[in-house]
Amino acid sequence: MSAPSWFASPAEATSRLDAVGYLADLPTATTAFLAGALEKPLLVEGPAGVGKTELAKAVARATGAELVRLQCYEGLDEARALYEWNYKKQLLRIQSAGDQEWDATHDDIFTEEFLLTRPLLTAIRRDEPTVLLVDEVDKTDIEVEGLLLEVLSDFQVTIPELGTVTSTRRPFVVLTSNASRELSEAVKRRCLYLHLDYPDADREREIVASHVPGLDDRVTTQLVATVARLRELELKKAPSIAESVDWARTLVALEIGDLDEKAVADTLGVILKHRSDHDRAVKELKLR
Amino acid sequence: MTESRSGLVDRHVAFLEALRGAGLAVSLAEDLDAVAALTALDWTDRTQVKEGYAATLVKKQAQRPTFEALFDLYFPRMVGGGARSLDPDGDPDVGDAGGDAAPASLVRDNAEALADFRERLAEALEAGDQQALDALAAEMVGRFGAMPGRGPGLSSWSAYTALQRVAPTELVDRIVAALLGQGLTQEEAERGAGRRVGAFTATVEADARRRIAEEKGADHVANVALRPSIDRLDFTAARRSDLEQMRREIYPLARRLAARLTKEQHARRRGPLDFRRTVRASMSTGGVPIATHHRPKRPHRTELVVLCDVSGSVASFAQFTLLLVFALRDQFQKVRAFTFIDHVHEVTHHFTPGADVVDVMADLAASTAHAALWGRTNYGRALTKFVEQHPDAVGPKTSLLVLGDARSNYSDLHEDVLRDLAGTARHAWWLNPEHRRHWGTGDSAARAYGEIVPMVECRNLTQLSEFVHELAR
Repeated sequence: MSAPSWFASPAEATSRLDAVGYLADLPTATTAFLAGALEKPLLVEGPAGVGKTELAKAVARATGAELVRLQCYEGLDEARALYEWNYKKQLLRIQSAGDQEWDATHDDIFTEEFLLTRPLLTAIRRDEPTVLLVDEVDKTDIEVEGLLLEVLSDFQVTIPELGTVTSTRRPFVVLTSNASRELSEAVKRRCLYLHLDYPDADREREIVASHVPGLDDRVTTQLVATVARLRELELKKAPSIAESVDWARTLVALEIGDLDEKAVADTLGVILKHRSDHDRAVKELKLR
Repeated sequence: MTESRSGLVDRHVAFLEALRGAGLAVSLAEDLDAVAALTALDWTDRTQVKEGYAATLVKKQAQRPTFEALFDLYFPRMVGGGARSLDPDGDPDVGDAGGDAAPASLVRDNAEALADFRERLAEALEAGDQQALDALAAEMVGRFGAMPGRGPGLSSWSAYTALQRVAPTELVDRIVAALLGQGLTQEEAERGAGRRVGAFTATVEADARRRIAEEKGADHVANVALRPSIDRLDFTAARRSDLEQMRREIYPLARRLAARLTKEQHARRRGPLDFRRTVRASMSTGGVPIATHHRPKRPHRTELVVLCDVSGSVASFAQFTLLLVFALRDQFQKVRAFTFIDHVHEVTHHFTPGADVVDVMADLAASTAHAALWGRTNYGRALTKFVEQHPDAVGPKTSLLVLGDARSNYSDLHEDVLRDLAGTARHAWWLNPEHRRHWGTGDSAARAYGEIVPMVECRNLTQLSEFVHELAR
């Protein structure tokens, strides 16, 4: 197959993702490599804020591909995911046709000119390397899942008036999900699966350090240890990586040089967003 | 490659069979994907092979521990005492050391060897050296956990014996001291030490499984030694650590259920045609009503009364169900909960919105005392007391949910009271955490009560969430 290869090996995936600022662990790198090598869509699941969407963006940056993004939400339909006919323009065309034959008009108005491509079709029609990000796929309705199934298994779309559009170059597809509902078995079967979880202390330290270079090493270590401790508690919403980075930024902005108990208590609102979580953290960490 | 039958395909197929046996739905398509993934990957790196399998076969995170355990059985890290390390990344010195020690060590099991081993283990645990710990776990099972058999294929290994002899938990104080020396606080050091010893214990257990699998075949071990994944584990068979893990599952589960319910309600929302809005909207299309608009349907919400048996045997089941029901309280109009053993006690007030799970569980456990007079489960008495003390609780709009194993210590069942309750309520169900085949055995009144109120088997989180979903629809 003359398909473009995305990554040559898991090790290469690690280093290239690293170069664009995404610190991937071995499972992530291996799965990203496989998604490219097998040309299969990659389903990334995990709690909010662990870098699922970021992974897709990093792959795009690392391979120089363009990112096409389809943000899913309840009520998303074919017209907004795949393609739509620009019927207003078609109406104008019909009105201006005057006494032209219907057949000619008909042939006229169902052409490229009147086609509005939406993310899925755009990604399939592109000749350059493309990363297609289908974000928060668990938010959509079952019908859209069916649509995705068709597109993701064959990478082709049939438009009745134009014929079948087949992709010349398969995009690198990343689907993300917060697991707020179980996706159908059929979708899962067609995808490679990666569960992203909170990273271990060393990796998180690296991530925080790379995002917030201004923070003292010692404070970073304290911060990561505190966040890890908080994740062990039974909280409604455990702090995510994005939140630890926010916390690090807060500490830099407030010029806090030592993360002692008072500093933690004062800035806890940055990482915990529920009152009961807040109370529990104060109790367990013996802040007051 | 296939002509000489390297055994690779057989092993692959056996592994997949074991996964299916453990409840993972692995399709043929995924099987082929896995093979494709393996050809693309580097065979000499065990972690890559594992991740390749995981990406193609395991599509639910809850199944990951099962997968890990089976992968370790079918693709072991090393063979025997570690003489032939299969992991090229592993330190060759460690492998050799294990190899040298293995033949001699089986006889060198005496007090001196034990003291020496504990010393080395303590050092490795203090340093947190993962590679050394893996090697030590293998050595430990080989040396202190061997149970020699009378012939080949009959010898076995026991992680329990090995752990009893070496007793790594007694090393905790030493590790704490070492961690304190590294500048950690007392609390952090204690947690860190506990975690390291726990991880080491798990490694030892895995190593014993690996050796037994080598001796008796991986299929044998896969059949007997693996526990079901957490969402299929029986409430009544759960260990303490399992219960904690289950409790952590409750809120994500409730969120998933709520999302599903909201979605289904939205799908059924289209009520009667909203004529006014439809006509107005048709203005933009020249008076042709292209899109119709509908009035929203009036949501109907259930009032729920939960009666739970909180006697020892089924307490955890009752707690989970209560937590789940209250996590989904938005889906119901009103929820009231009562606990009983031989007396009835209302516990609704413990479930304040946004309350902390740990506190709620503690309060519930503390209030159990109010539900008992003598402490022997008596369903008949509990039902009678419920009707006497809370006559207003069950009305024609209520759904009644009884939780319990219906084991009533051969006392009077008062079926008539339950029949009245079921007659008054709009719906009534009984959730039984026991397997269906145990119903009606011994002092179980499941058959008798089951004739009055439809009884549903509810043994694990999966069954529970299915039921609650049906209930809230």
